[in-house]
Amino acid sequence: MDAAQAVLKISDMPFPAVDEQQGTVEGAGPAPRADNRDTVGEPFVEDPRMTCRDVNVYYGEKHAIRDVSIDIAHNEVLAMIGPSGCGKSTFLRCLNRMNDTVDTCRVSGRILLDGLDIYGRLVDVVPLRARVGMVFQKPNPFPKSIYDNIAYGPRIHGLAESRSELDGIVENSLKKAGLWQEVHDRLDQPGTGLSGGQQQRLCIARAIAVQPEVILMDEPCSALDPIATATVEDLIAELREQYTIVIVTHNMQQAARVSRRTAYFHLGALIEVGPTDRIFTNPRHRLTEDYITGRFG
Amino acid sequence: MQMNDKAQTTMDVVHRGLARRYRRERLFRRLGLTAVLVSIGFLALLFASIVANGWTAFQQTEILLDIDFAADHFDVDNLARANYSALVKQGLRQLFPDVRGRKDRRRLYRLVSSGAAFLLQKMVMQDTSLIGTRQRVWLPADDEVDMLIKGHISRVGPESQRRLSDRQIAWIDHLTALGRLKKRFNTTFFTAGDSREPELAGIRGAMTGSLLTMLVTLLLSFPMGVAAAVYLEEFAPRTWWTDLIEVNINNLAAVPSIVFGLLGLAFFLDVLGLPRSAPLVGGMVLSLMTLPTIIIASRASLKSVPPSIREAALGIGASRMQVIVHHVLPLAMPGMMTGTIIGMAQALGETAPLLMIGMVAFIVDVPSTLTDPATVLPVQIYLWADAPERAFVERTAAAIMVLLAFLICMNGLAVFLRRRFERRW
Repeated sequence: MDAAQAVLKISDMPFPAVDEQQGTVEGAGPAPRADNRDTVGEPFVEDPRMTCRDVNVYYGEKHAIRDVSIDIAHNEVLAMIGPSGCGKSTFLRCLNRMNDTVDTCRVSGRILLDGLDIYGRLVDVVPLRARVGMVFQKPNPFPKSIYDNIAYGPRIHGLAESRSELDGIVENSLKKAGLWQEVHDRLDQPGTGLSGGQQQRLCIARAIAVQPEVILMDEPCSALDPIATATVEDLIAELREQYTIVIVTHNMQQAARVSRRTAYFHLGALIEVGPTDRIFTNPRHRLTEDYITGRFG
Repeated sequence: MQMNDKAQTTMDVVHRGLARRYRRERLFRRLGLTAVLVSIGFLALLFASIVANGWTAFQQTEILLDIDFAADHFDVDNLARANYSALVKQGLRQLFPDVRGRKDRRRLYRLVSSGAAFLLQKMVMQDTSLIGTRQRVWLPADDEVDMLIKGHISRVGPESQRRLSDRQIAWIDHLTALGRLKKRFNTTFFTAGDSREPELAGIRGAMTGSLLTMLVTLLLSFPMGVAAAVYLEEFAPRTWWTDLIEVNINNLAAVPSIVFGLLGLAFFLDVLGLPRSAPLVGGMVLSLMTLPTIIIASRASLKSVPPSIREAALGIGASRMQVIVHHVLPLAMPGMMTGTIIGMAQALGETAPLLMIGMVAFIVDVPSTLTDPATVLPVQIYLWADAPERAFVERTAAAIMVLLAFLICMNGLAVFLRRRFERRW
């Protein structure tokens, strides 16, 4: 599906307010309707890195994600926000097939990475996860040395020919994650001995070390204090230049600070997608507005 | 004012209940403490009675004799056939030249163990330069003498009801006065196999048998148990079929061990035709017994590896096998080893299944291969506990002490491993 079709789809939506609103973004506009579950805003982009169409996820009988269609652009930070249990983490984990580990989980629809269907029959999850890295909610360094934490990915994928090349990858990844200054003299110490914020940056460095195209972050700062959070956010801003980042967050200020586009999920449906500043200043959907103004969530 | 009253009464109610709540807590704590003290008391009683009975076995009464290895006594080509007991008798006669008469002499000879001749034979075979010399040799006294010295049999009472006659006791006292009869450290106990004569019996054979059996058990049950646990925990889909397997593994852990012995007898011996009384078969039977323990412990320790570590490895593209081998197994290993050691400790103390496969035989030789007839420590204890001689009582207790020492070491190692490799997340 290309961008023209995407625009067509938006205008096709049984939601007459959209057309009127698009002209009057800054204005108060008519009230968005709360009962509509179709996606409002601009979910599609030109030349996307990842394309998701009609994604449905079921946990056994439970329908966790309903008909989500969204594009993820090159080198953008897409924030996914929404109340607890809205399915944003579930959707994130579809993007590198981490849901495969859950026995009862079933995914339908199409998710393309650079045009390749990642749920295709011939797709191997191992290289996929090397291309789409992940950072988790709780820092989860391996109980090994800092060096081995970073070197593990390159080692299993055979990215380094020699020890010196591996050293280079480790140094580079730690530098990109802004951790090199702090740990360069104790690479042989256990990664679990670092502070929470350092551990999370170590996990980001570990993800970077396999040179992914996309980095998925599942509430990466929820276990960190405000100072460590600020450091990680600065890091995300820097990484944006080289990687496509999808970040799930509970913290709306964080979404506003780090992302270019924001997607709002509600009860498994994607309600609204748009440029972050527009979503936060002028949400079009009543649910989005209620959430960001703190009426629930 | 009314509010104040109400608050007052609420606090009163709380305070009134408080004493009862604390009393219950104290009662509960005391109950727990009592339970611990009672079990410690029984354990102490057990240990004390075993040690009190057994410590004397680590000493053995020996008699110093002057042995004349006269050259004309030996045939150089056939050293084993020389009459060594004659040498012992000659040594005794020299000490008591005035003992005449066949009956008295026989009584005199009975003071020294019948195994003394074998010891001399061994000495000569090892070092032929002894021939033609005169040596002072400490030889084990008979177990009756040993028991008299240790005070386990009586010196008084009617002579006809005593194990040793007045004359024999007089000889013993004479030897003691000469300094030729003493309690010395009982090396025989640790270097010899089983024997009908208590003073010649040792636990070396049983210990070696136990070691060989445990080796087979470990080599069979650890890899199989870990592999089964990894498969069930990490790969097998959750179906009624795996549930059935789980229920049956738990069942196996509770099956009486004698049943495993019967299975070993019916299958390993009758169907496969493996040798009877062999550590190989003993180890196989005990593996059947320890496998469920190891599988259950291993699964529990695999389960306790936090999912975040698996996710971390999966998230950077490790395959399932790599996640398990690189991350999950190393973290679960201490728990698995603890389970294995506890299973092995159980197997080390197991008697019943080994009776079924013939490891209960009277075996004098120390086994050297997996198919040699052997016995194990607990079976040796069982055999000695059955023996009529008073001297076997202390040897039984001493063997139990050795077994307990092994068990304490193994369980201590398990605790150490758990402490050493325990991780917190």
